[in-house]
Amino acid sequence: MNTNSRNGDIRIGFYICHCGRNIAGVVDCAAVAGEIAKLPGVVVSRDYKYMCSEPGQELIQDDIRERALNRVVVASCSPLLHEHTFRNAIEAGGLNRFFFQMVNIREHDSWVHTDGPAATAKAIALARAAVRRVRLHCALETVRAPIHPDVLVVGGGITGIHAALTLANGGKKVFLVEREPSIGGHMAKFDKTFPTLDCAACILTPKMSAVRAHENIRLWTNSEVVKVEGYVGNYTVTVRRRPRYVNEELCVGCQECIEACVFKEGKFPDEFNVGLSKRKPIYIPFPQAVPQVVLIDRERCLHFKTGKCKRTCVEACADRHAIDFTQKEELVEIKVGNIIVATGFKLFDAGRIPQYGYGRYPNVVTSIELERLVTSSGPTGGDVLLRDGRSPKSVAFILCVGSRDFRTNRWCSRTCCMHSMKLAQLVREHTDAEVTVFYLDIRAPGKGCEEFYDKSLKEGIRFVRGRVAEVTDWALREEEEGKLVIRAEDTLAGVVRRIPVDMIVLAVGMEPQADAQDVRRLFNMSCGTEGWFLEKHPKLAPVSTFTDGVFIAGCCQGPKDIPDSIAQAGAAAAEAMALIDRGFIEQEPNTAYIAEAECSGCKSCIPLCPYKAIGFDEPTRKARINAALCKGCGTCVAACPSGSIRQHLFEDDEIFSEIEGVLTHA
Amino acid sequence: MKYAYFPGCSLKGLGRAYEESLLPVMERLGVELVELDDWNCCGATAYMSIDEKQACVLAARNLALAEKTGPHDLITPCSACYLVLNKMKHYLKDSPEMRTVVQRALDGAGLAYGGNTPVRHPLDILVNDVGLDVIKEKVVRPLTGLKVAPYYGCQVVRPYATFDDAWNPTTMDRLLATLGAEVVPYPLKTKCCGASLTGTLPKVGLRLTYILLREAARRGADVIATICPLCQFNLDAYHDQVERRWGPVPVPTVYITQLMGLAFGLPAEQLGLNRNFVRMKPLPAAPAPAQSK
Repeated sequence: MNTNSRNGDIRIGFYICHCGRNIAGVVDCAAVAGEIAKLPGVVVSRDYKYMCSEPGQELIQDDIRERALNRVVVASCSPLLHEHTFRNAIEAGGLNRFFFQMVNIREHDSWVHTDGPAATAKAIALARAAVRRVRLHCALETVRAPIHPDVLVVGGGITGIHAALTLANGGKKVFLVEREPSIGGHMAKFDKTFPTLDCAACILTPKMSAVRAHENIRLWTNSEVVKVEGYVGNYTVTVRRRPRYVNEELCVGCQECIEACVFKEGKFPDEFNVGLSKRKPIYIPFPQAVPQVVLIDRERCLHFKTGKCKRTCVEACADRHAIDFTQKEELVEIKVGNIIVATGFKLFDAGRIPQYGYGRYPNVVTSIELERLVTSSGPTGGDVLLRDGRSPKSVAFILCVGSRDFRTNRWCSRTCCMHSMKLAQLVREHTDAEVTVFYLDIRAPGKGCEEFYDKSLKEGIRFVRGRVAEVTDWALREEEEGKLVIRAEDTLAGVVRRIPVDMIVLAVGMEPQADAQDVRRLFNMSCGTEGWFLEKHPKLAPVSTFTDGVFIAGCCQGPKDIPDSIAQAGAAAAEAMALIDRGFIEQEPNTAYIAEAECSGCKSCIPLCPYKAIGFDEPTRKARINAALCKGCGTCVAACPSGSIRQHLFEDDEIFSEIEGVLTHA
Repeated sequence: MKYAYFPGCSLKGLGRAYEESLLPVMERLGVELVELDDWNCCGATAYMSIDEKQACVLAARNLALAEKTGPHDLITPCSACYLVLNKMKHYLKDSPEMRTVVQRALDGAGLAYGGNTPVRHPLDILVNDVGLDVIKEKVVRPLTGLKVAPYYGCQVVRPYATFDDAWNPTTMDRLLATLGAEVVPYPLKTKCCGASLTGTLPKVGLRLTYILLREAARRGADVIATICPLCQFNLDAYHDQVERRWGPVPVPTVYITQLMGLAFGLPAEQLGLNRNFVRMKPLPAAPAPAQSK
């Protein structure tokens, strides 16, 4: 074997990490070190308990100085975790940071095998490959690219609002894009919040107005992101702004046009009141909507449907001329350096569990419908009423509807226990109804939540443990006549119960948004098997994604309550600010480059590049790669017919000697 | 339209009225039913729970016979047969071991089963193959004013809800509406009829039967329409015992095919309606019998 390659005299240090018992429990680390010590060029070969620790790193640095090492190989965990750590260590020890190769013998070996000797043989093969490869490494420099300081926040619920305000207060310019005509999200529909029972509107609406007023925030409602190009620090985003048919700059929100509409009464289901009230074709989503601008529902407006409307709304608007039937959809392109995705969740469709009778029995309602009924600004002015206008004498809650159920969704939606207890207390406050809660387990782990559960028990709310079998209206006894009957196994008492009630509230769980997969592709993110957006690390990087510069926060990552959503919003804003304030992005030098002498100028690489990094130099008639744009994907390298595109850190001879290393049974 | 027909024991015995009404109704709709030659026990729900392998062999022989007759779907009016034959298909698909047992047994009888014949219920065929429009055309004596509680029983929708919803099936509701009947909302449509418990544990079984009859009476139904011989038997044959224990529940139970026959203008005595213990009253406001054509 030629030990003296193009890099002169090679002196390699090899280090194998025990990772406590993580690696050493399966792999015989001393044996691997002994075996690697025999390879040509290896000057030092050691095993050590924790290579990533301070003493572990010093071990390498001392060897570089005392034994004149010029290459280092560490066999330990995944490079995702500690490649940076070791590159920094050898750089501090005086070597170029790319004279280094890492071998993953934890995730790729000890964690997935139980046969010690075989795992040890595998570790030796992998280490041998790295030792062969590292001798061919060249000195490289990282490239710095500037970062665009603006941030895009997608989704204007409480999470997006908090992220946008945090960034804006830190002096960053923010684009906040919301699909609905107003920001506020689910929280805007809530009456009070658990466990403090403080008014949701009183804590949310000031933040909504602050968004509108903030000089650093551009708010685009009724809008959606349709295209994302570029990379961390340098994204180009296209936003589709749907027409409201009302000029946002001119409308003052006086709502006289709504009053004047030819529809004298509301006729169409009001989205904000989840269909419990009616609205007109020209409307404002809710009284505290931000922006305070009306909009026209094109599908319902007489002018759009028939062309024969008296247009009393235009008359009412008079000199303001805010109503504009000619408004068109607009595509706007913006540049940002970071993106925070806070697209939230959707509620489980209770109709998917037909035995609970939602849609069949009018007095079976969902938790969000009851939420609107208890709200003083809601369709009944805060009165909890049955569909026929009577006040209920008995109300039952069914928990885990579409949660913790292998037939629908297996996850716990985390908020429904507390949300239902809050509603139960409000029902007791607003009516003299008996309240019964059917539950599987009460999950009340948040701050002040167990105390809230305790309060619910003390206030006389009854709790029955057992998943409800069905809701029906067939009566067996006289007291069941004219009532809804819940049939459930009471698993604490060990009996099957029939409990007649007037109203049943289904505590529907949270689900990923219907278009979560499209959004995932748009921002180049991953989803877990259940469809929630996947964080980079469940503990250490909870708001990062596998795409640098794209962060997630709130319920799009998984069910959570308001405090947790706010915490993630702040975390995502801080992560974005950390990148912005450093001022530059450090790019790996694993970019492709052209061996000009061999390039025939066929141009076949140019359309293949997903990053538009390849151009054509007319005078020399050769392809040219812009290293700042190249992401090192290797597509052009593989495709070049003449083999004249190469890639740093992935040179042919590096890869071939790695393969030889694995296959040599020396 | 042609189907292989597996009657099962009920339709030749206790549930004779089901066959007596099914055959003329299907004929009127232009649906040809070819009865399997030399069919045997479907495998039976009770046998299935004692010896799955033997039961599957019995069931598979019927399907092997069906495949021999040609590429037609198999129609099984009895809910128990429908369930057992479908269950066998699932078992064979999921268990290579069961496949081996069944194949070996069929080999011995010179038969083979490819596993492809769909096993279908008449309700599915009537609504999804024949179609409500075609049925409507054949109605000469609409069931106007007749209040019917549609009762499906458990086996056609559970555990395999293939042509309707497991909790709230509506196929028969739509069929009844097409016949002109008034469909009574009946939340017990898939609840237990008492099954074989009426015989083995009458205290439990009869109570279940009672609940069904009582609720139908409470909702003002003139008649309960069913599609399962065991359901019909329990609700009809145990009616007097139920009334003796709990008081009057004056609702007869008939097969949907009998109601279809009436709507198609077929004479009641040809539809097996005289076999009921609890007789159905004549249709309300029946017009004078039409002149024979």
